Amino acid sequence: MKISNFIWKRIWMTVPVLLGASFVSFSLLRLTPIDPAKAYLTVSNVRPTDEAVSAIRSQLGLDRPFFSQFATWLGDLLHFNFGTSFYSKLPVTEELYNRLPITAALAISSLILAVAVSIPLGLASALQKDRFIDHVCRVLAFLGSSAPQFGVAYLLIYFLSVKWDMFPLQGADSWRNYVLPAITLSFSLIATYSRLLRAGLLKGLNEPFVLYAKARGMRTFAILTRHVLRHAIRPVITAAGMNLGKLFAGSVIVEQIFGMQGMGGFFLESVFRRDYPVIQGYILIMAFIFVFGNFIADVIQTMLDPRSALEQGKVRGR
Amino acid sequence: MQPKLIVSLTLVMLIVVSGLLAPWLAPHDPNLVDLSHKLQSPSFSYPLGTDQLGRCLFSRILYGTRVSLSLAMVIVLASLGVGLVIGCLSGYAGGWVDHLFMRASDAVLAFPSLILAIALIAVWGAGWKQMAIALVIILAVYYVRFVRGLVHSIKTETYILAAKVSGTSPYRMMVRHIIPNIVPPLLVVVTLEVGWVIMDISALSFVGLGVQAPTAEWGAMINDGKSFIRSHPRLMIAPGVLIFIMVALLNLISDSFSESKGFGSPLRRKLKPRVTEH
Repeated sequence: MKISNFIWKRIWMTVPVLLGASFVSFSLLRLTPIDPAKAYLTVSNVRPTDEAVSAIRSQLGLDRPFFSQFATWLGDLLHFNFGTSFYSKLPVTEELYNRLPITAALAISSLILAVAVSIPLGLASALQKDRFIDHVCRVLAFLGSSAPQFGVAYLLIYFLSVKWDMFPLQGADSWRNYVLPAITLSFSLIATYSRLLRAGLLKGLNEPFVLYAKARGMRTFAILTRHVLRHAIRPVITAAGMNLGKLFAGSVIVEQIFGMQGMGGFFLESVFRRDYPVIQGYILIMAFIFVFGNFIADVIQTMLDPRSALEQGKVRGR
Repeated sequence: MQPKLIVSLTLVMLIVVSGLLAPWLAPHDPNLVDLSHKLQSPSFSYPLGTDQLGRCLFSRILYGTRVSLSLAMVIVLASLGVGLVIGCLSGYAGGWVDHLFMRASDAVLAFPSLILAIALIAVWGAGWKQMAIALVIILAVYYVRFVRGLVHSIKTETYILAAKVSGTSPYRMMVRHIIPNIVPPLLVVVTLEVGWVIMDISALSFVGLGVQAPTAEWGAMINDGKSFIRSHPRLMIAPGVLIFIMVALLNLISDSFSESKGFGSPLRRKLKPRVTEH
């Protein structure tokens, strides 16, 4: 199977998933124990009289049949229209779009930080297997997988912000504001990635081509970085792609702790306000990012090792 | 068994037992507000000091252990039950039943799980019951996929075919042949999951969507203490450290389960003869 074919097939596969996701997001409003129209009126500080409720119901299209509502919702989605916020009365798309840069900057810088730190860590612990640095990395990985994110955040705040006053506590004005949240978000990823990389490198060192390179007189470090790393990094890239959505999701809590006005913090505020259109729009965008991250991971994986497209083609062609 | 496993199991049991015995071990009522004793340093009568409302921190942590652990256990067991039933059904029946469940789970798995949990809580309102239901729904979807995969992997085993040929009913097949054989790998997943669920519960309670005040819960306690980070970091450190220890121990147990064949195989050896008795 050619790579371009694989990519097309892979894009085609996301269509039913995204359709399903938009159905889930659409159904949320229909699962509420309280009438969304009443929620709208409460948020707008209007007394929910019967006339007002029925007026809002027809304005929101809630009086129409279920599937006709779903069709309208899908049609609106194609125009990136998620409706208007109950609270601010502005289009949801605009509200989220204005806050996207902060969240995106946070998620992407965390991802870069995680990969940048875990490559040297993984290399070091593979080269020095069962020596001091390897043990340090093992402990770090263990801490990373067991410490709750908000615990890490407050630990950083306590030492680097409150005690030593190195970084600002709140806001998102300069790059210095992003340091602590990015470390918080990448902490558990560094743990996973450096262990993945270590395992991959150690496995790769047993391959015959490594023996050949050694016979040619190459140094271990050069063999590792030039030949083995290329293979060992694949699971890390897959994991990084899959974590893209998780990073955006993690920003919900981290943005709230660090007082950043991003999408995640806005989502949480909207949850407390029962601002349903914002909630629906936000989770759908998250699903898109999540699915997109997986897609990118698959594509890069295939680029690095075209055999995987072949294998997947075989499995799917059963 | 490895010493690592024994030590971490003992410590987990210790925490569980102290949670169970909280009413007898706790020196004070966890919700007793006493403003004359607020923000006291650790002393003999208040082992970890008091919070901004004069409540005994140690007693609150003990009671919080009950809340976090019992909620996490209930959530994991409930979703495991749902996952086991639907996963077996889907994996064993195949065809359109399987297809239906898989497409439905695809749609749910398209969302980051924390986001979907928050959205579901947003629909029903904040509270520990709503949080539990939301987490059960999401976890169950993961278990359905996992169980289905396991069922698929043993479906073609000889003993299953033998049972089928000898006319075993589908129900008996599930209960006697399939479920006993997928329990050991599930066990590993479940121990790990309890740790994650504890983290999820504390994270959701921390942002105010889960367990509500004044109930003592670790995440909610961290949230309570956050305005005192400058003057009394103790209020956040105590529950934070306990969450970390609990999750770390559960991770250790899960690691030892999956590493050692020592635990898996006696269980399987016990199960195997039962399976081949037909």
